[in-house]
Amino acid sequence: MKRLALSLFLSTALVAFAQDKEFAITIKDHKFTPDRVEIPAGQKVKFMVENQDATPEEFESSSMKIEKVIPGKSKATIFVGPLKAGEYKFVGEFNEKTAKGVVVAK
Amino acid sequence: MFGTALIVFREVLEAALIVGIVAAATTGIPGRARYIAGGLAAGLLGSILVAFGAERIGQLAEGMGQELFNASILGIAVVMLAWHNIWMSVHGRELAANAKKMGKDVMSGAREMSVMLVVIAVAVLREGSETVLFLYGVAISGDASQGAMIAGGAIGLVCGVAVGVLVFKGLLKIPLKHFFSATSALVLLLAAGMAAQAARFLIQANMIPSLANPVWDTSEIVSNSSVMGKLMQGLLGYDAQPAGMQMVFFVTVFAAILIGMAWARRRLEQPPGARAATATS
Repeated sequence: MKRLALSLFLSTALVAFAQDKEFAITIKDHKFTPDRVEIPAGQKVKFMVENQDATPEEFESSSMKIEKVIPGKSKATIFVGPLKAGEYKFVGEFNEKTAKGVVVAK
Repeated sequence: MFGTALIVFREVLEAALIVGIVAAATTGIPGRARYIAGGLAAGLLGSILVAFGAERIGQLAEGMGQELFNASILGIAVVMLAWHNIWMSVHGRELAANAKKMGKDVMSGAREMSVMLVVIAVAVLREGSETVLFLYGVAISGDASQGAMIAGGAIGLVCGVAVGVLVFKGLLKIPLKHFFSATSALVLLLAAGMAAQAARFLIQANMIPSLANPVWDTSEIVSNSSVMGKLMQGLLGYDAQPAGMQMVFFVTVFAAILIGMAWARRRLEQPPGARAATATS
């Protein structure tokens, strides 16, 4: 069990060390562009989110376990995954009606 | 307006639950109201500072400042709650047996209350800073429905506080015999749940691996973004999709506090002087 945990830890550490793929997402008028992001399954990736609105937004996804406040007119880096294949919703919690998107892990 | 009320309610709820539990768990300690008020005031002030420093905090640690900040304040709360439970395992019975006797031990009570002041302050700080940011966004948006949204925020705030008060009053109804066991159990779950949340932020900051994610998924039944989910998260440390590492944190903190409590109680019972004192009182 210990060895399993250790090898899991090491393999994740190695994956983390390797260059993470980056995906750019923009928030404008309380909407995400793109609002559908395809990422490889089983890999940690990086979202570079730019909030072009003057108001702050909270990038939130309970299924991806993300909760990050992005102040107005600023950029944030968010690590995502590794995710199993499937669809994962995310929202801008401060403007839930319009700020919606989905991550598709393949 | 309803949307705003719900967002603010969800943010306030978690802090209100923590304050309600802490207020109940410290019943009988002299000067407690002052400390609780102090914790709330410090937390609110801190919320505003953190909200407006959000951008600067976020840029620290190569963009992972926000995650580390959240994990740190959760970590502080966990340590303080652990201290409380260990302290209570020694003093709880005294408090139950004789409130006056506790009054003499003002120093010890004051130390305990300072610890709980910190817990309240960080709980309010964490949830409060997000609420402040959200309301700030509403305020500068120039939206036509601004007034309604701010009214919604006020409704959410009042409802969240009301739930905290309900939890507090409800806990006080527990018979004295079971009171300290019940509040200790709640604080134990609270601390373990906060440790799991801290783990979540460290995973998000890419500092620790998630170890199997998620271990289970009950989000279809009770999602963490629902009010029910928030309640269960606040009271029991519920997570609909926990990562393996979060469970490691939960179980470790849970066990460590239990061991600490047992150790403190045993140390109390060992010295013969202490035993003689209880026999004569």
